[in-house]
Amino acid sequence: MNEAQAQAGSDYGSQFRGQVSNETLITVKGLKMHFPITEGVLVPRKVADVKAVDGVDFFIRKGETLGLVGESGCGKTTTGRCILRLEDPTAGEILYDGKDICQLNNKELIDVRKKIQVIFQDPYSSLNPRMKIGDIIGEPLKVHGIIPDEAKRRERIGYLLGRCGLHPDFADRYPHEMSGGQRQRVGIARALAMEPEFIICDEAVSALDVSIQAQVINLLEELRDEFKLTYLFISHDLSVVRHICHRVAVMYLGHMVELADCDELFDHPMHPYSQALLNAVPIPDPDLEKTRAHTIIKGEIPSPINPPPGCVFHPRCPLAVDSCKKNIPDFREVRPGHWVACTEV
Amino acid sequence: MGALLEIDNLQTHFFTSGGTVKAVDGVSYDVNAGETVAVVGESGSGKSVTALSILRLIPKPPGEIVGGEIRFQGKNLAFCSEDEIREIRGRDISMIFQEPMTSLNPVLSIGMQLTEPMIAHMGMSEAEARERAVKLLEMVGINEPRRRVDQYPHHLSGGMRQRVMIAMSLACEPKLIIADEPTTALDVTIQAQILELMKNLTRDLGVAMIIITHNLGVVARYADRVNVMYAGRIVETGVASDIYHRPRHPYTLALLKSVPRMDRPRQAKLDPVDGQPPDLTRLDGGCSFRPRCKFAIDKCAESFPPLEEMGGQHYSACFRSKESLAEIEL
Ligand SMILES: Nc1ncnc2c1ncn2[C@@H]1O[C@H](COP(=O)(O)OP(=O)(O)OP(=O)(O)O)[C@@H](O)[C@H]1O
Ligand SMILES: Nc1ncnc2c1ncn2[C@@H]1O[C@H](COP(=O)(O)OP(=O)(O)OP(=O)(O)O)[C@@H](O)[C@H]1O
Ligand code: SF4
Ligand code: SF4
Ligand SMILES: [Mg+2]
Ligand SMILES: [Mg+2]
Repeated sequence: MNEAQAQAGSDYGSQFRGQVSNETLITVKGLKMHFPITEGVLVPRKVADVKAVDGVDFFIRKGETLGLVGESGCGKTTTGRCILRLEDPTAGEILYDGKDICQLNNKELIDVRKKIQVIFQDPYSSLNPRMKIGDIIGEPLKVHGIIPDEAKRRERIGYLLGRCGLHPDFADRYPHEMSGGQRQRVGIARALAMEPEFIICDEAVSALDVSIQAQVINLLEELRDEFKLTYLFISHDLSVVRHICHRVAVMYLGHMVELADCDELFDHPMHPYSQALLNAVPIPDPDLEKTRAHTIIKGEIPSPINPPPGCVFHPRCPLAVDSCKKNIPDFREVRPGHWVACTEV
Repeated sequence: MGALLEIDNLQTHFFTSGGTVKAVDGVSYDVNAGETVAVVGESGSGKSVTALSILRLIPKPPGEIVGGEIRFQGKNLAFCSEDEIREIRGRDISMIFQEPMTSLNPVLSIGMQLTEPMIAHMGMSEAEARERAVKLLEMVGINEPRRRVDQYPHHLSGGMRQRVMIAMSLACEPKLIIADEPTTALDVTIQAQILELMKNLTRDLGVAMIIITHNLGVVARYADRVNVMYAGRIVETGVASDIYHRPRHPYTLALLKSVPRMDRPRQAKLDPVDGQPPDLTRLDGGCSFRPRCKFAIDKCAESFPPLEEMGGQHYSACFRSKESLAEIEL
């Protein structure tokens, strides 16, 4: 990060967005998700594990937006899927409002699932092509018996579409008749239909055109303030993360390597991986870019099947010392609210 | 010597039941050897259709190149024979597509797909080609390349498939690479690795590149010249620093203002280009940006503004480009 950037960030430092309470909504402790790899068709036997998530801790406050960033395949989506209970975690606890959602019975799980919604990356494949937009948004309202009355449901669908910047007439269209940005708004309207408390946005704006992306980001922020929503915002676009998040967590190969307030993380990244990650973001200014050196992280991304021993980042780390090959660094709080998993900072 | 590629008043239309989609409607630009030209613009503005037209990959029907010329090393690709264009596609111009899954063959191994063109166009033996395939995979940051060559596309993550596409595009040492959103599916560290790699190739081997992307940071870092497209036309073109620091077209201005920037203080709210992209079957004779333009005047409805020189190699297609757009600060 260059000086201009650091300067720009610190000017903003104290500005506050939305209402974040002190109450914790979600706590994730020691979360692990290992996928078995099997061999043999008739008698499958386990030959190895994909350690997609391998011991992750964080919490999210009510009304807060936590960003989750990191290299492709580092386990961001899997973390989100565990919270949604679309995966059965191998180990760890996920406390939602104090209750471990891994221990819930079916009925309790259905209740929690209504409060947690997800917006996916791909507006093209996440909507059923044979369903009309109105039915896509209204289906959960019907299935869960929330608004059984047809006319009332239509009214609600119209309201949700309008709230997401779409004309209510879109209810009668099919997904292929809409643009990518419009489809992403449908995905948001569908997530809002259940009046959730918590929304996981998994690359929710990544597939959009920049001008439409800005519209959708503004919408997500407005909705957050209006409905007091809490977001887990998964994205590889760091400028968007910096814009929308209160705190940011950086993952690498199934581990959490750094977590801090948004401005703190962007102005003073401490983990060598976070530093490299931020440095790799090109700035939309050709004169600045001409003179700015990129420190490219060397080496290939290790496989989560055979993660390196010790610190998982050591084969690519510019600061690595001998002990990094053996000792797994603790995720420790080096400054108030700033957590880092590196022995050398 | 002329440019490597000259696109001259290209028109590619789609004849659909809903009307004629003028996807590309009079686009002209040049690409010189070793140069990187970026194409940016609204989704649906014709960036991909222009690129596909160069390689004659427009599905017909409903699409057709209805006018203009595409000269590559002097040869008009718009009207040369099927055999000629196939030879050019395999060897001189390679393309990295926007959707890697649709452009990789699901039933062929990665190795097969990489080696086949090297054997066909470069006269390599199978063993040589396989060695080079492993090298290329390693170059684009794929782990365990020796094992990966025998895997199939569905074994790989989206980002990895994209990197395989990039490896394929480099396989035959082309003169021009057309990269359509090459790194959108990738995270920034791999994006930086791959773009630096491609930049070195353009510099060291004199390979030219057309890069189509929504990422204005990528354009700023890697492009020599920038074409901004809106509704099937180029509305502004120039060297990167003119486009970024002295934009003259209201759409370019709005585009630049809509992205959150890491080098600036955080904004309370982003400033999007309001409204929706135009319906390309219903364009009238006026400026197509008019419904969303903050500067529109009566004259803008009368005819489409031509590209006018703003000084140097900088052109903009707006009736008000020469006035000071002073209230906009960049
Ligand atoms: N069902 C599964 N079976 C086996 N491996 C899986 C499964 N789901 C995910 N993985 C693996 O787990 C790792 C983490 O995947 P995940 O999708 O969580 O990554 P991500 O951080 O979301 O990446 P991206 O940015 O590319 O979306 C990857 O190596 C992936 O291949
Ligand atoms: N096969 C087709 N039939 C009809 N219309 C088409 C076809 N292919 C493309 N179009 C239309 O041509 C226009 C230009 O499309 P193109 O794919 O070039 O956009 P783009 O600028 O690449 O957008 P994006 O950034 O979303 O990739 C669009 O309006 C699109 O709907
Ligand atoms: S613990 Fe060692 S290898 Fe890991 S990030 Fe810190 S210095 Fe690098
Ligand atoms: S010609 Fe008129 S409508 Fe078009 S961009 Fe210029 S000012 Fe706006
Ligand atoms: Mg993911
Ligand atoms: Mg395209």
